[in-house]
Amino acid sequence: MTIAAGTMKAGEPVFYVVDEHDHPEGSSTMLGFWIYLMSDCLIFAILFAVYGVLGTKYAAGPAPKDLFDLSLVAVNTSFLLLSSLTYGFAMLSMQQNRVGAMQAWLVVTGLFGLAFLGIELTEFAHMIHEGATPQRSAFLSSFFTLVGTHGLHVTFGLVWLVTLMVQVKRFGLIEANRRRLVCLSMFWHFLDVIWIGVFTFVYLMGMLR
Amino acid sequence: MFDTANLTKLIFGRLTLESLPLHEPIIVGTFAMVALGGLALLGALTYFRLWGYLWKEWFTTVDHKRIGIMYMVLGIVMLLRGFADALMMRLQQAIAFNGSEGYLNSHHYDQVFTAHGVIMIFFVAMPLVTGLMNYVVPLQIGARDVSFPFLNNFSFWMTTAGAVLVMCSLFVGEFARTGWLAYPPLSNLSYSPDVGVDYYIWALQVAGVGTLLSGVNLICTIVKMRAPGMTMMKMPVFTWTSLCTNVLIVASFPVLTAVLALLSLDRYVGTNFFTNDFGGDPMMYVNLIWIWGHPEVYILILPAFGIFSEVTSTFSGKRLFGYTSMVYATVVITILSYLVWLHHFFTMGSGASVNSFFGITTMIISIPTGAKMFNWLFTMYRGRIRFELPMMWTVAFMLTFVIGGMTGVLLAVPPADFVLHNSLFLVAHFHNVIIGGVLFGLFAGIAYWFPKAFGFKLDPFWGKMSFWFWTVGFYFAFMPLYVLGLMGVTRRLRTFDDPSLQIWFIIAGIGAFMILLGIASFLIQIAVSVLRREQLVDTTGDPWDARTLEWATSSPPPAYNFAFTPVIHDNDAWWDMKRRGYVRPLTGFKAIHMPSNSGTGVILAGLSTTMAFGLIWYMWWMAAGSFAALLAVAIGHTFNYHRSFHIPADEVVSVERARTELLAAGAKS
Repeated sequence: MTIAAGTMKAGEPVFYVVDEHDHPEGSSTMLGFWIYLMSDCLIFAILFAVYGVLGTKYAAGPAPKDLFDLSLVAVNTSFLLLSSLTYGFAMLSMQQNRVGAMQAWLVVTGLFGLAFLGIELTEFAHMIHEGATPQRSAFLSSFFTLVGTHGLHVTFGLVWLVTLMVQVKRFGLIEANRRRLVCLSMFWHFLDVIWIGVFTFVYLMGMLR
Repeated sequence: MFDTANLTKLIFGRLTLESLPLHEPIIVGTFAMVALGGLALLGALTYFRLWGYLWKEWFTTVDHKRIGIMYMVLGIVMLLRGFADALMMRLQQAIAFNGSEGYLNSHHYDQVFTAHGVIMIFFVAMPLVTGLMNYVVPLQIGARDVSFPFLNNFSFWMTTAGAVLVMCSLFVGEFARTGWLAYPPLSNLSYSPDVGVDYYIWALQVAGVGTLLSGVNLICTIVKMRAPGMTMMKMPVFTWTSLCTNVLIVASFPVLTAVLALLSLDRYVGTNFFTNDFGGDPMMYVNLIWIWGHPEVYILILPAFGIFSEVTSTFSGKRLFGYTSMVYATVVITILSYLVWLHHFFTMGSGASVNSFFGITTMIISIPTGAKMFNWLFTMYRGRIRFELPMMWTVAFMLTFVIGGMTGVLLAVPPADFVLHNSLFLVAHFHNVIIGGVLFGLFAGIAYWFPKAFGFKLDPFWGKMSFWFWTVGFYFAFMPLYVLGLMGVTRRLRTFDDPSLQIWFIIAGIGAFMILLGIASFLIQIAVSVLRREQLVDTTGDPWDARTLEWATSSPPPAYNFAFTPVIHDNDAWWDMKRRGYVRPLTGFKAIHMPSNSGTGVILAGLSTTMAFGLIWYMWWMAAGSFAALLAVAIGHTFNYHRSFHIPADEVVSVERARTELLAAGAKS
């Protein structure tokens, strides 16, 4: 961008850009997506706070110790953490312009995500079968809402992942698709960070109570 | 065998013919008038063949200026609805004495005061504030549009969808009877089994998506798209207050989304967040909703502060006094607004220490606000003040808002609040700051920027009529409520036993009637100005001899705002350009890269409306179908990679030549 005016004499103030080029599209997207993520983070902050208040209100119903299976949760956690790792590999492949490898890593990421959701739903089904439904107590209401909201985000991330894979296949690694992949990457790692909070505050600390 | 009753239930959910309020003559009459008016409008649009024009040029536009104007229209239309509710309440309270039940039954009256609050905050004040920010901010920072132009269109339509849902509740079913924040347990299914609270929840959720996205959009615009040379401390004050407001939006609306989602889970799934049993905690709802709610009032007032700053310095012919302190005061208010939420319910019983903390933080907010007040006063001091309409609103604001601020500090004292809590004193206080602050600010802003948007000024005579009716009417309508509140009258009452109170309600009713005349004068003002636009025309683009960048371009500005991106050297960029002999460039125009229009925003918002309607009435097929369609359209939209075009250089040349001729003609006459 040149800030110069042909018609103006040297030393005079310049009030406009003469030789302006098109601004690349999406130059604000990363910032915008970050801000969106922070707003999403606030939703989780509220759900954590609600769990913090209601997490011990068992209403004479089951408590974490009666319900949680830590080894299952550990497997689940490792699936999600691994999916973050594989997404990182996908991004590395993207930077080397290796579309095939990138798509393959995205498939692996998606499968880990699906496995995570599968285990989570099994856990939910098991709890509901035992009578530990979201309606049973305020503790269970806040548990299902916090963990379920995270699960919904993962589901949405999977839909997004598939959409992006189709778009990369059809249109290649064009600038717009790269930008979208980076956004999804931030989203995916963000869900990982949230899950670490869930794992710590809900499961581990729940077992200590 | 087909069971008809079950089939009807499957299709219509809980919507039956009884849901239509045919037994309420007031609503039927209103519906008849709205239907007739609506039909006349639709007929006129069809007759004059305006649908294509509206769709292509307005509904699908991504131009921040047109979206801003549409926000303003939405806000003004909803103002009429919200004010009709206000008048109904004033009339009811003025006559319901000496055993009279008034003319509104409790079922209807409770909906009226809830709808009044919800509409005035979410669908009048918010659209008007967002509309002004949308219109002015990109122009003030020398940008061609916002960061995400399509998102801007989508945000507008989501806000409109929320408004449509609220309006729908008037004629199909009912609105909440809970007060504007829908506190549980009253808003739980056990005490509000009807659709009212569901209308409330979904209208706010749908509109909330729009508000949040527009907040993200404007933050990015201000942070990333300022013209070269405009450092943060060279931004106009309105842009600063807009930045802080949008930070508040992004940092508080997710809380509203979350808390309403929890309430809907209680109502739809039967969870126990805010119930009275199974460990639920209704006071948690009150805490959470005010963690959103208190920043919300600053979301409304900060842009108004920005408007007053621009107006004061323009009409005093002086640089704003204490620019830096103004910016810091705004930022301090932004931060403090998160530390005061508990003052809305000192009576919760959280103990002396907690109440003192929140009482003190509340009182501290009056310090930056007071600093602003003195900045405006010192700006006026020894200035050449022109008492044009925007300046009149500003002076009225300074007088009125100080009264509201002082009663606010009074309410911040916990022991005093224990007496005044939930009384008409509180009602008088927040109307004092919202009308005297936000609304006066919006009227100042409308009068100030209208010539920028349309190329002619607003008619001063009807503007002054509106001003005097509004200000005098305000004092008549709300000073009696202070008196009544101090005498112990609580809010939201429908009938009264003590006949000695009646005179105050009659005075308040007269005040409301004067405000009605003020609103009528405002509408007449717009009509008269359109008719007299030849006489009121402004060819210069700078009718007020103003100081900031939006006045550097033509009125109305071209689609691309500035043919060449401006370079900024001073806080008052346009003033600096005028003072140092800026010469408007006449040659060297290039093609300009602009975003393309899109109809997707309208479609997505329409589908959100039907989804919400399905959820409200338990028409699950409709909700699920709309959701699936919503997802499909949103994904489909991402397959469109071509979202921009170039305005050819020839077109820029001809637009700019027309302006050159207009300026020359203006200089001759």
